[in-house]
Amino acid sequence: MTSPLQRKLKISGPTVVTANRLADGLVVWLTPAGGWTATLSEAAVGATSEEVSRLLDIAHTDENTAVGAYPAPVRLAGDGTPEPANLRERIRVAGPTISLPGAA
Amino acid sequence: MYVYDEFDRTFLMERVAEFRDQVERRLSGALNEEEFKPLRLMNGVYLQLHAYMLRVCIPYGTLSSRQLRALAAVARKYDRGYGHFTTRQNIQFNWIKLAELPDAMADLAEVGIHGLQTSGNCIRNTTTDPWAGAAADEVADPRLYAEVIRQWSTLHPEFTYLPRKFKIAITAAKHDRAAIRVHDVGLRLHKRDGKTGFEVIVGGGLGRSPFIGKTIRDFLPEEDLLSYLEAILRTYNLGGRRDNIYKARIKIQVHEVGTEEFARRVEAEWAEIRDGALKLDDAALDAIRDRFANPDLEALEDGPAELAAALADPAFARWHANSVAPHKTRGHAIVTLSLKPVGAPPGDATADQMDAIADLADQYAYGEIRVAHEQNLTLPYVRQKDLPALWEKLKAIGVATPNVGLVTDIIACPGLDYCSLANARSIPIAQKLTERFSDDARITDIGRLHVNISGCINACGHHHVGHIGILGVEKKDEEFFQITLGGKGNSKARLGELIGPAVPESEIVDVVERLVETYLDLRTSPAETFIAAVERLGLDPFKERAYASR
Amino acid sequence: MPLVKNGAPAEDPFVAVADDAPLPDGPALISAARLLAEDAALAGRNGPLGVVWPNSRDVAELAPFLPRLDLVALEFPKFRDGRAYSQARLLRERHGFKGELRAVGNVLRDQVLLMLRAGFDAFAFDKDADAAAFGAAASTYSVFYQPTGDGRTTARDARRALAKAGG
Repeated sequence: MTSPLQRKLKISGPTVVTANRLADGLVVWLTPAGGWTATLSEAAVGATSEEVSRLLDIAHTDENTAVGAYPAPVRLAGDGTPEPANLRERIRVAGPTISLPGAA
Repeated sequence: MYVYDEFDRTFLMERVAEFRDQVERRLSGALNEEEFKPLRLMNGVYLQLHAYMLRVCIPYGTLSSRQLRALAAVARKYDRGYGHFTTRQNIQFNWIKLAELPDAMADLAEVGIHGLQTSGNCIRNTTTDPWAGAAADEVADPRLYAEVIRQWSTLHPEFTYLPRKFKIAITAAKHDRAAIRVHDVGLRLHKRDGKTGFEVIVGGGLGRSPFIGKTIRDFLPEEDLLSYLEAILRTYNLGGRRDNIYKARIKIQVHEVGTEEFARRVEAEWAEIRDGALKLDDAALDAIRDRFANPDLEALEDGPAELAAALADPAFARWHANSVAPHKTRGHAIVTLSLKPVGAPPGDATADQMDAIADLADQYAYGEIRVAHEQNLTLPYVRQKDLPALWEKLKAIGVATPNVGLVTDIIACPGLDYCSLANARSIPIAQKLTERFSDDARITDIGRLHVNISGCINACGHHHVGHIGILGVEKKDEEFFQITLGGKGNSKARLGELIGPAVPESEIVDVVERLVETYLDLRTSPAETFIAAVERLGLDPFKERAYASR
Repeated sequence: MPLVKNGAPAEDPFVAVADDAPLPDGPALISAARLLAEDAALAGRNGPLGVVWPNSRDVAELAPFLPRLDLVALEFPKFRDGRAYSQARLLRERHGFKGELRAVGNVLRDQVLLMLRAGFDAFAFDKDADAAAFGAAASTYSVFYQPTGDGRTTARDARRALAKAGG
């Protein structure tokens, strides 16, 4: 399968780089400082293919912390905070849309 | 059931130690993700949307009460208190941490279970009839052969890095409850002139290129089972496509070279090895047969007074009609526990339910539980006179919904709520359908109807073989659902046909209801099932009504 | 590329020779294409000869050459590409090859035991650490379910022996 890296990056709007933390699978985002955060609002946002490619390069050099990095589209709220822009990413941020067994 | 001996136990402990070392090397960076991924997959560890998922193998769907309690304990200790039973007789835990996985596996290994070969491009868990050993319509107990195959396929030195995954299913009953015609290899046990053997079917499978398997041999004597499988696997390992992951299953190889040519290659390879070390003599089969500690059931009266009295209660009678099946031993029954209550994810069970079911299995069913392809559980050895008491207790823990085999006994994959491959959600659709069809009398009137839901083209919900199949697709970040009609997964397996354009999430439940109403209006009598009506009428009347209000 | 042969670190005496380069007198490792094309010329040669046999090619084609070969190298372009396991078993168990059977390419410690069971006796590792861990990797398991040409006792045979001993 083609990894996101090998594809030509087409960026059509604000984009963050997301992955899962190696040790526990937790959803994380790349920060401007090149680290990882479990809070989307702290993620680095790229707007062009060049910017997002650079973020992905950083993410891929750190596969021992977080794995499977890929670009995910976001929308920017009024104050510039990124919010997930599609259903998949909304579910990754908020968890399953169903109530979990045993939780009721 | 088969009881592991010292060899099997030693092997499992060695496996856990190996995986513990691999996890440590991954966490330290000595193994990179590309190297580690196939290794974790081969231990049943996936990375999903939110967390790692552990798929635990339940060999041919048979569990002891002790093993079920161990699964409950893992759900509590390492996960969020529940598990999900799959269509291939496995259970999945959705929230496990990589760093804790070796400990979870060690706990499971204590009771002889593991995640070995539940993923990866190797030979997967061999599945079979959940009623094996108990079914009134079986020729022999297929679990003996499933165990023979389990041992042969466990860490097979030649077939651990195949072009793609490889699934084997085996049945020995008239009615195929193992979906053998949609497996890479399907084996149908039957007898000829008093000898036991198999019809060998290859190249079935669902996914993005669905195929019904083709028979390449009518009768393979039992002693040749492993050499013949080895010949098939070798033909596939050397000749299967590796250039395109979507064309790498054996079904594509069979399709591209043709069934006859494929069979010829297998037979030629088999001729070289059939009299070799894989030959199964009686001693080898007996040694495994002896490790199956099956209960010695005493023939009892059929239809005892306790049962007759309880059947006067319409609620019990309704449950009895669809959840209780005939047994090969007089006075006994096979009981299916529905994991499809209204409004809940299909196939999920909480740790508390698992413990309670384990207790009931000890009390009423010789401590044995089966996992069915339909994502339900089965108690294979219940006395008919115990059915009323058992029913009360099953109701109390929420696993006696009287919908087994009916419209709300939905098979669904985890979908986009969990799965990183999914395009759309499956579970919410199943929940809404069970809510729409929540009236027990109504679903009983509708009768046998299989609804299958997959959240993407990989078809883990087997939508192609649902009487009504639902496939989630994504269009501009909206969930849409394609509908197929007329699929069947049994001995007359057939792929469903698409009835028209995909409908948005907001309409799918209405459309399914209209399909069901069309059937109710047009059936010749309640004796004509949904699928029979579809086969008689064709798709047109259904299509027309399904899209009528659009 | 650290080589492990017969369970111990080893120097590689074979020199890989390009198809258009002259053959040295000493041990030479050539391509399958050259072996097939220069059959007659090679027949007169005395130095040890090895061939790199691609995993897409039927080993039955190689069978007639085996008596003259000291080394067959089978390829793992990616460790996930497992065709060479079948080729190895066929070379050992069907065609009776007794020379060195070497795993080359993406060879990692996690596959060593499978390779040994398939008949490989030499391993050209990617990583030094994997070569160093060879002994541990080769003894990860003590229980084997399948009979292969490596002659290890299978669980079935061990059970049978146990039953006999126990009467």
